Amino acid sequence: MGIHRGHRARPLEWLAEKFIFLVSLSTILMVFLIFLFVAREALPIFFGETDTALVQTVIPPDEADKLSPAQLQKYLELTPEQFASMDKDSLKALMEVKQEALDEIPEKFRNDPDARANTTDWHYLLLPHQWSDYDKPEYIWQPVGQIQKYNIVPLLVGTLKVTLIGLLFAVPLAVGAAIYVSQLARPRVREIVKPTIELLSGIPSVVVGFFALLIMATVLQKLFGYQTRLNAFVAGIALGFAVIPVIFSIAEDALTSVPRAYTQAALALGASRWQTAWQIVLPAALPGVFAAAVLGFGRAIGETMIVLMVCSASVMSWNIFDSARSITTTIAAEMAEAVSGGPHYRILFMLGALLFAATFVSNMIGGAVIERFKLKLEGKR
Amino acid sequence: MNTITPSQYLPETQQQPGRHFRAEKFDFWSFFFSGLTGLATLFILGILAVILLNILINGWSAISWHFVSTIPKKDFFDASTTGVLPMIVGTTIRVFVMTIFVIPVGVITAIYLTEYAPNTALITRIIRAAVNNLAGVPSIVFGLFGLGFFINFIGKNMDALLHNPSAVWGQPALIWAALTLAVMTLPVVIVATEESLKAIPPGLREASLALGATKLETILRVVLPQALPGIMTGGILAVSRAAGEVAPILFTGVAYYMASLPSHLSDQFMDLGYHVFVLSTQSPNIEQTRPILYATVLVLLMLTFALNIVAIIIRARMRKKLRALG
Repeated sequence: MGIHRGHRARPLEWLAEKFIFLVSLSTILMVFLIFLFVAREALPIFFGETDTALVQTVIPPDEADKLSPAQLQKYLELTPEQFASMDKDSLKALMEVKQEALDEIPEKFRNDPDARANTTDWHYLLLPHQWSDYDKPEYIWQPVGQIQKYNIVPLLVGTLKVTLIGLLFAVPLAVGAAIYVSQLARPRVREIVKPTIELLSGIPSVVVGFFALLIMATVLQKLFGYQTRLNAFVAGIALGFAVIPVIFSIAEDALTSVPRAYTQAALALGASRWQTAWQIVLPAALPGVFAAAVLGFGRAIGETMIVLMVCSASVMSWNIFDSARSITTTIAAEMAEAVSGGPHYRILFMLGALLFAATFVSNMIGGAVIERFKLKLEGKR
Repeated sequence: MNTITPSQYLPETQQQPGRHFRAEKFDFWSFFFSGLTGLATLFILGILAVILLNILINGWSAISWHFVSTIPKKDFFDASTTGVLPMIVGTTIRVFVMTIFVIPVGVITAIYLTEYAPNTALITRIIRAAVNNLAGVPSIVFGLFGLGFFINFIGKNMDALLHNPSAVWGQPALIWAALTLAVMTLPVVIVATEESLKAIPPGLREASLALGATKLETILRVVLPQALPGIMTGGILAVSRAAGEVAPILFTGVAYYMASLPSHLSDQFMDLGYHVFVLSTQSPNIEQTRPILYATVLVLLMLTFALNIVAIIIRARMRKKLRALG
């Protein structure tokens, strides 16, 4: 009777182990599914399968014989089975319906070249276009109406504008506070201040948005005296509050993980606390602080409710005191009215995929920088 | 016999090092910049205090028992008759259903990562990268995912399989909102549980193994009971994060108005956070709705904040214990 070892003796143990492993794969599955299903709804845009043209070239019913069956089927948007089941007369009737539909479109649009354009083509998505009622080429996002305009550049500019204002406000404050808390404050102060700042992340973003809308917008307008009460500047500052705790905790963590020998050596050589923090600890922790800013960027670019509540008009302008519409806001505000499966719906999913890609990259960079930084501090590199 | 005490062989100035130490000259720039970082800290704390006090003071005067226990009529902007009972119920239920899904999956994943996973293996690193990425996905993208996956894929296919005459599952519903939130909060639970599992000294595991317990028995009977506070922290943090999120439920289940409380997993629901959004942006008269807006925000904050503070306290205690142990 030897001692049984390994899984042969304990099949249950083996099963449990495999089960635990399988469950833990669910995170990978989720990331994969998110990517797959957001991209799946957006794919037709990339393949040029969506068509928003209001007016399509109509073929007079008399010319039906000139088309091959395949062309006719495509023109009438029929499936092969439907097409096969129809005789010549009903096909002609369908073609007449098409012609009547064209006649019902107002005169104004029938002769408008824009009404014949597929506005989901990438030219229209990215480049300025001179629409019929305009006197110069412009970037316009206007997804409702007869001719839908889907230029995403104003949204990209709006997103960057709000995000950068938020970061310019949040990074100095959060890193300053992190230096103070980790290097200069007394331990007692640190133990109170650190969790309190982290409490800020517990405030739901809808509450930050509410506060910005009701109180901050008025206060900031009085301070800076600009025209419109709600603009990208207010949204950016409010966004800054939401990302301060993120940047603070990562930066503080990086600064604290600098070995104490560094600090002690500097202090022993007669450096003041500030000199030590600024010239020794901060340079050593710089990758971590940089990663904090990158991860803060990822958080800020994906924040929805704050920007949605504070400003939402899409204007193409780099002026920070103008309104702005971010990508997140656009998705949140317009998804309800977009027809499922329609071009507008697909474009919104494409914007979501873009956002996902942007945060994915910034998370990867931030994560990799932190990992390298930790390895370096442990002396493994 | 001559024993020498330190006071005898050390010169007087070295006997009490540090007691009278003072920097030789006053360094203005050090003082200035230290003050600057201190001010940054104070500024953040000040803003936090202003937000909380503003909401507390304005909300406290507007909140009443009637307000939290009434189902509002269609016009919920009317300050005298409105209430937030369906929103409180909706938020609570969606978060509760979420925990049923997220806690088992999160805890098991954390167990795998700390107890079983070979640390340097490729698969472990991929799982960790996935957890990190999941934590960074914007909440609105989770909303899109919920719409594209749960509603349009799973829900529609369920309807087709069950031969429902009209859409039952293939539309926004409580269960889809809860599942979307579960995916979103998965990293929160994993990270918190992992932290608490790592805090348990290896000696405990070794002792249990040495007494003949299997690895599974050790985990179930020794490790998990010890890690319970940490798992609770993770759950609480996930709940408080999810309770305040609005973006992921916008397309997956929230309703602008419902006359009755949700009674089925395929029902839609009203939500506190979404209600704050509606009250502050859609109100016909912002001055009149201001009191109920403040009261709603206060209710939401009490729900999320109370949970957060509890989690922070548990975590602080755990960290202290960890430091004491090793």
